[in-house]
Amino acid sequence: MSSAPEPLHRALGLTDSELAQIQVVLGRDPNPLELALYGVMWSEHCSYKSSRIHLRRLPSEGAHVLVGPGENAGVIDAGDGIAVAIRIESHNHPSAIEPYQGAATGVGGILRDVFTMGARPLAVMDPLFFGNLDDARQRWLVEGVVSGISGYGNSVGVPTVGGELTFDECYSSNPLVNVLCCGALPTNRLVLGVASGVGNLAVLLGSSTGRDGIGGVSVLASAGFVGDDGAASLDDAKRPSVQVGDPYEEKRLIEACLELLDRGLVVGIQDLGGAGLVCATSETAARGGVGMDVDITAVPLREEGMQPFEIMTSESQERMLAIITPENWEEIASLCAKWEVRASVVGRVVEPSLDANGNPRGMLRIRRGFDGEVLGEVPAQSLADEAPLYDRARERPSSLDAVHEDDPTFDEPVGSPNDDLLALLVDPAWVYRQYDSQLFLNTVVGPGRDASLLRLAGPGLPASERGIALSTDSNPRWCALDPRLGTALTVAESVANLACVGASAKALVNCLNFGNPEHPEVMWQLSESIDGMAEACVALAIPVVGGNVSLYNESGGSDIDPTPVVGLLGVLEKLVAPPPGWNWREGDAVVLVGARRAPGTVPFPLAGTRWATRRGRRGGNVAAFDGAGLKNTFDFVTGEVAEICAGASSDVTSVHDVGAGGLATALAEMASVTGLGANIFELEGHQELFAEFPGRFVMTTNNLERFIARAVRAGVAVEEIGRVGGTKLHIGQAIDLEVQEIARQRRGALEEALEAAG
Amino acid sequence: MTRIGVVVFPGSNCEYDALGAVSALGAEAEFVWHSATHLDGFDGVILPGGFAHGDYLRPGALARFSPVMEAVAEFARAGGAVLGICNGFQVLTEAGLLPGALQKNRGLTFLCQPTTLTVESTASVLTRDAFRGQELVIPINHFSGSYTCDDETWASLVAHDQIVLRYKENPNGSRDDIAGVSNVEGNVVGLMPHPERAMSTLLGSADGRVLLESFVGAPVGAR
Repeated sequence: MSSAPEPLHRALGLTDSELAQIQVVLGRDPNPLELALYGVMWSEHCSYKSSRIHLRRLPSEGAHVLVGPGENAGVIDAGDGIAVAIRIESHNHPSAIEPYQGAATGVGGILRDVFTMGARPLAVMDPLFFGNLDDARQRWLVEGVVSGISGYGNSVGVPTVGGELTFDECYSSNPLVNVLCCGALPTNRLVLGVASGVGNLAVLLGSSTGRDGIGGVSVLASAGFVGDDGAASLDDAKRPSVQVGDPYEEKRLIEACLELLDRGLVVGIQDLGGAGLVCATSETAARGGVGMDVDITAVPLREEGMQPFEIMTSESQERMLAIITPENWEEIASLCAKWEVRASVVGRVVEPSLDANGNPRGMLRIRRGFDGEVLGEVPAQSLADEAPLYDRARERPSSLDAVHEDDPTFDEPVGSPNDDLLALLVDPAWVYRQYDSQLFLNTVVGPGRDASLLRLAGPGLPASERGIALSTDSNPRWCALDPRLGTALTVAESVANLACVGASAKALVNCLNFGNPEHPEVMWQLSESIDGMAEACVALAIPVVGGNVSLYNESGGSDIDPTPVVGLLGVLEKLVAPPPGWNWREGDAVVLVGARRAPGTVPFPLAGTRWATRRGRRGGNVAAFDGAGLKNTFDFVTGEVAEICAGASSDVTSVHDVGAGGLATALAEMASVTGLGANIFELEGHQELFAEFPGRFVMTTNNLERFIARAVRAGVAVEEIGRVGGTKLHIGQAIDLEVQEIARQRRGALEEALEAAG
Repeated sequence: MTRIGVVVFPGSNCEYDALGAVSALGAEAEFVWHSATHLDGFDGVILPGGFAHGDYLRPGALARFSPVMEAVAEFARAGGAVLGICNGFQVLTEAGLLPGALQKNRGLTFLCQPTTLTVESTASVLTRDAFRGQELVIPINHFSGSYTCDDETWASLVAHDQIVLRYKENPNGSRDDIAGVSNVEGNVVGLMPHPERAMSTLLGSADGRVLLESFVGAPVGAR
């Protein structure tokens, strides 16, 4: 280590060339306060400077899209005068250091993004990724993260209706905690985070401001962990950058803000999340093309002696910024008093200044008193929108060819398929039992199934018989082998999940969790993954309405596998009866719907499957993506289930998508939930039992002939594969298991792993 | 028409669900903010689930000091029907309107899951339309739902037929499988399960209806 002090801009996470660019913007040297503002706003986390040029390739258009990417949340018109807002975020690094608070504040942050749009948050989903549970630290992380989501989400009063749980050694030092929130609002109440109207006031609502989370977006979220232990080396130094959550404050803040919006008392509203007050003030001013004066002495503080840069960049939780007209102030103050929510006027909307060319330029001015000393003055737009964009070097990893050569699909199967199957079964109930999944009386299908299904109803919404469905999906094993195909197949998998509850996909949000963007291989993965997502979204006609990019998921120089997480929102026009679900009935015919064999040369690929991963086999080639074929199958299944949800009678008695773990796993899950066995005909060996590629559904019917006729008419492949009955699951000569044993193994797997070694 | 007040504390979160459920049964329901000092004109009062005052200190410990709780006590003394669901049950025990206390679940985790309950007494405003031994599938949703009381209180509960509902399979370690209790008169009832979440087969169960129908019908007939 050199003893020379590090220049301030570098300590704040800015490069030398970024400093030079700031000097050009200002026409002078920035002072330390101004530098701190750029440090957080130009961080990777806030500015998307490495990913933005790639994200533009995603399709975001759709007649029903009301708000696309770039706002706090995407919003679609769901019909009946109801708009649905959706957003996904990562809270990976905070959760690695302090799992409870990291996960809790992740929930808090995503809720604010959604009610910022005027929507009442109605559902949360949590995709979680950890290392393997034979490591005590992973068990500590799982328990901390789950109790953080439970502790915050339950008491803030938003149901957690689903998610995902993935274990893989690549997350040992860098767990991923993503959180999706969906809310709804009367379409005519949509609000945006815009400051307008010179003379209007900026009111800070909610918590006082403390020193927690300072530099969270730059120090924590935009740099990797140095040590490969992930535990000790940087944790202690970075812990002060983790925010602390208070769900009770957030609950009152939600109710107060929604009442303010109901009564039409605010012009614009914006949450304070990453980068705190500087982010909220500069973004609202930039969107409105106005300037804003911020009086730092008006910000209620938790402790004495806080510096202006600390006040401006603190990530203290449970705060919102409302832009109001002055005449509404008294009514707002009394409404906030009722909800015991603090409200302080901290800013004033001012005329933009003119730059050297005579163009208006809204300035963010940090002052000590509204008419007092100016401590810093920078163009709001330059903070919010003008961070440098990087087209970072991309390079396909040279090791990939050898990886593709080493395909487990052609391994001689060793051991019993019965044991393989049992080892793949995990019921995540231990996790979701800890979440309130039912609040608001909307949850028709809760956690642990293909997709979650909710009535589209909530306080203040127009009456509707519609339903919405949500699914979060990822497959880092596929994406490690082929980020482009892997991501396209992940989108397809998500659509398949919605089809199982009868919903048509209407909007997609993504959380792109990748490694260090300064590694060319990682940038290649990111770029490929975005292309794969774009391809699938075009083929399946789904607009991307928002997303989040989480980079620097690395530890000790080693990057995580590419982990694009897809959050999909679907709509049902009529939801008056539950979908058939996984419940078998004695004597029903079991059918496989959709192309039985994967497109391409390998009919049953085992590359990137759970079966292969369990054997430590991580190479091979994933299936091809056949957009038209998939769409046809998805539309057919969606239509079959939607009719049931609309109250029509049907010969379809159950439906489950073939996902992770393959066909054998799908059958075992249905058997296990029902408590009934089945006799399935001989399949094509262990390859067909465990191959993973989307587009196949296990369905049962009590009128085989009629069902097959409908599928044939729709041009969808369908094949009878067996009959429900008995107490055993038989699959040809390969699988012979008591359903009770399957159920016991599946139910106990997670709890036993968590209890291992206490 | 029966008028039901649904008390809202800062931090309550099941108020809309409770209001919706009793409205669907024909009651005229409205919210009562926790600063209210009287409950005139109501036939029944519900304290809904949630986290009143953030459950700071312990569930219900602060809510009992909200002004509305004096009015609830007065209302109960006058024979009015009072129902505490989940957090509302915790508040009623803290306020001394129901015996016993709720402590953390046996497994020390939050639990949201369906439970099967058995109706143990029909002498309460919540169960008068049900029958003794009736089994009801109703979900629980709590961290602190393990009912406890001392031996003397327990003996008195049994003697006065105050154990209203029991779990068929005890999920949380409650003493004597107790899921809900009433006061001696039967007009004040608390339970940890959420009957308002079991109003429709679309959501998994409609077994909560018989309880809330009893409650909504109770005020008129019970006195």
